[in-house]
Amino acid sequence: MRILIKKGRIIDPSQNLDFIGDVLIEDGKIIGVENSIEIQEEVEIIEAKNFWVLPGLVDIHVHLREPGEEWKEDIETGTKAALYGGVLRVACMPNTKPPNDSPEVTKYILEKASQKGYVTVYPVACITKKQEGKEVAEFGRLKKAGAVAVSDDGKWVQNSEVMRRALLYAKNFDLAVISHCEDMNLSKGGQINEGYFSAKLGLKGIPASAETIAVIRDLILAKETKKPVHLAHLSTKEVVSFLKWAKEEGISFTAETCPHYFTLTEKEVENYNTLAKVNPPLRTEEDVEIIKKALKEGLIDVIASDHAPHSPLEKEIEFEYASPGMIGLQTLLPLSLNLVREGYLTPLTLLEKLVLNPSKVLGIDPPSLKKGAPAEIVIVDPEEEYTLTEDILQSKSKNTPFLNKKLKGRVKKVILKGKVFDLTFS
Amino acid sequence: MDLKTKHLLDIASLSKEEIEDILNLAENLKEILYRPIPKVPTLRGKLIIYLFYEPSTRTRFSFEKAAKTLSADTLTFTGKGTSIEKGETLLDTIKNLEAIGADLFVIRHPVAGAPHFVAKHSKVSIVNAGDGTHEHPTQALLDLLTVREKLGTLSGLKIAIVGDIKHSRVAHSDILAFQKMGSTVYVSGPAQLLPDLKEEDYYKITKGGFKICYKLEEAIKEADVVIALRIQKERHGEALVPSFLEYHEFFGLKPEHLELIKEKAILMHPGPINWGVELAYEMEKYPFQVILDQVENGVAVRMAILLKLLTGEKNYENLN
Repeated sequence: MRILIKKGRIIDPSQNLDFIGDVLIEDGKIIGVENSIEIQEEVEIIEAKNFWVLPGLVDIHVHLREPGEEWKEDIETGTKAALYGGVLRVACMPNTKPPNDSPEVTKYILEKASQKGYVTVYPVACITKKQEGKEVAEFGRLKKAGAVAVSDDGKWVQNSEVMRRALLYAKNFDLAVISHCEDMNLSKGGQINEGYFSAKLGLKGIPASAETIAVIRDLILAKETKKPVHLAHLSTKEVVSFLKWAKEEGISFTAETCPHYFTLTEKEVENYNTLAKVNPPLRTEEDVEIIKKALKEGLIDVIASDHAPHSPLEKEIEFEYASPGMIGLQTLLPLSLNLVREGYLTPLTLLEKLVLNPSKVLGIDPPSLKKGAPAEIVIVDPEEEYTLTEDILQSKSKNTPFLNKKLKGRVKKVILKGKVFDLTFS
Repeated sequence: MDLKTKHLLDIASLSKEEIEDILNLAENLKEILYRPIPKVPTLRGKLIIYLFYEPSTRTRFSFEKAAKTLSADTLTFTGKGTSIEKGETLLDTIKNLEAIGADLFVIRHPVAGAPHFVAKHSKVSIVNAGDGTHEHPTQALLDLLTVREKLGTLSGLKIAIVGDIKHSRVAHSDILAFQKMGSTVYVSGPAQLLPDLKEEDYYKITKGGFKICYKLEEAIKEADVVIALRIQKERHGEALVPSFLEYHEFFGLKPEHLELIKEKAILMHPGPINWGVELAYEMEKYPFQVILDQVENGVAVRMAILLKLLTGEKNYENLN
């Protein structure tokens, strides 16, 4: 079967391409990317005028909740949400129940993904056994089972010696090490950003230092071990100057942020809105501005969703008892497009952060529109405005502060594994 | 004047006029408490349900006395011995008690915002009787009433609050309440128990109306009102002050401090008191300590709140 995508704006960071043209696909492979391709017969034509034609996004920070918390999400629904968000590869975090600290869990996830998954799943395994921060997990066996990275996401490896050992041991197996940067003594009991709103709401604040201190330690260990560290979901303005310092020092690291940290402020928690409870917490306008600048300056390399589904059981309760996190797979692209609209990024530099750099972190070949590459293509209307209703959200959980809010930019079609998914229904 | 909302959730959302109105009503109602038969039929047939998820003596009995004086029926639900132990959520509890016929809930809860959460889902009025480290609005109102009664005004005063400000919902409500009425609030205590500098932006609601003092003497010097607070040890989770002995030595209010405060300045405490920690036991003898007046005013203030929320402006009849 042949598919011809006509007159779309082709943006591919792997080849530094941004032009209007056609893409021809045969049997799930890209066989032509040209200014114009003319074929009349035996071809399905997709008109893409005014649309963007992109390689599939790679989201390296996703919670699929399976095994163990399937009432929130499972591999099938989570990857369906990814598909609808134009995210064609996801790395799933290991804080499942049980945590992914064994080859058995890694294999279970991959098997489930191959049976039920809509998009490709890359398991992230634990840094330490049971995420307890004490003993380094079986990196070799985990890698062999299919893990691409390790992280104790949700927790920081508090013991510096254990973290140092993990960075060293990960070198043996070329595993990426992803750190959830949070000094948990400083953040203990914290609910929201420390400041005006923690005072107003009487909720314990989480100081910026909880993140900054953790980032600095991990950078120093990365320098000493010469093993790059990936700093997950950065949220504070304070860390940015240390990222700059680390670049000057020649420390190799990558840094990530999420759309909510460059879109929302702590003000969202007003009136104890549990949908805006997230860890790290939403910060101030100043933080948002500096995070955006850090994206522009290339100090932050990756945008990930930190898709964290929770059901009403965990959210429609008292704020302090509510679980932190928000879903994000279907808002990743529309919210990130604001960075282009506001002039912080170009379409190409945006896609570097959504496709190319996250692939580099995991050490995988990035989705690409190169001739010969498997077709993992997303067609987006960057201008479409719509209200994010529960019906649009494919995730089992609907916990997002963007629910019933206006978004701009929508995935129209996805071409994956030789199939065309038409994603607009209205 | 009716309140803007049907709930009493915090001082933050009350205007100066609303506060004055509540105080005036409370002052009028207080007389009922001195009658030979201190009971009026005004709230007959109304059902007030107390939801106390945290221990309380003064507040609970004070609300109870206020309700009984106004002839309301009351039921009490405490965190123990009811369905909370079977895992029922707060929201389900509220819905069930509404179905039973509650007209108003008085809620005390260990976490901030629990009454606000309930108010979003409840059809009937909610009164916050203390939520975590957030606010305790009726305590602030009774503090205001007491100061107004003793000093004749609520504006232009220097109010010193000493102790565990950070974990005290009473302090949070008082800081806002006294500023709203035109006074200045000075807080002091161990720095780790004071609001931090970023949080100060919230507490300072009038220009120069709020000041953090690291030296106790600075806070109480020339004060018209001194409010001592208990160390909220149960909310700390770990030791935040090295010892009570040290606390008392450097932050406890002692007879020597009486030299610094204004003559006839009043001394208050929301209770429960730990004598020998925040207050030297000699302070009980201080002629201008008004701690039990506060308790008495608590009943009047709560009568006013119940009356306001359960009846309209025109219906303050049957008070004879």
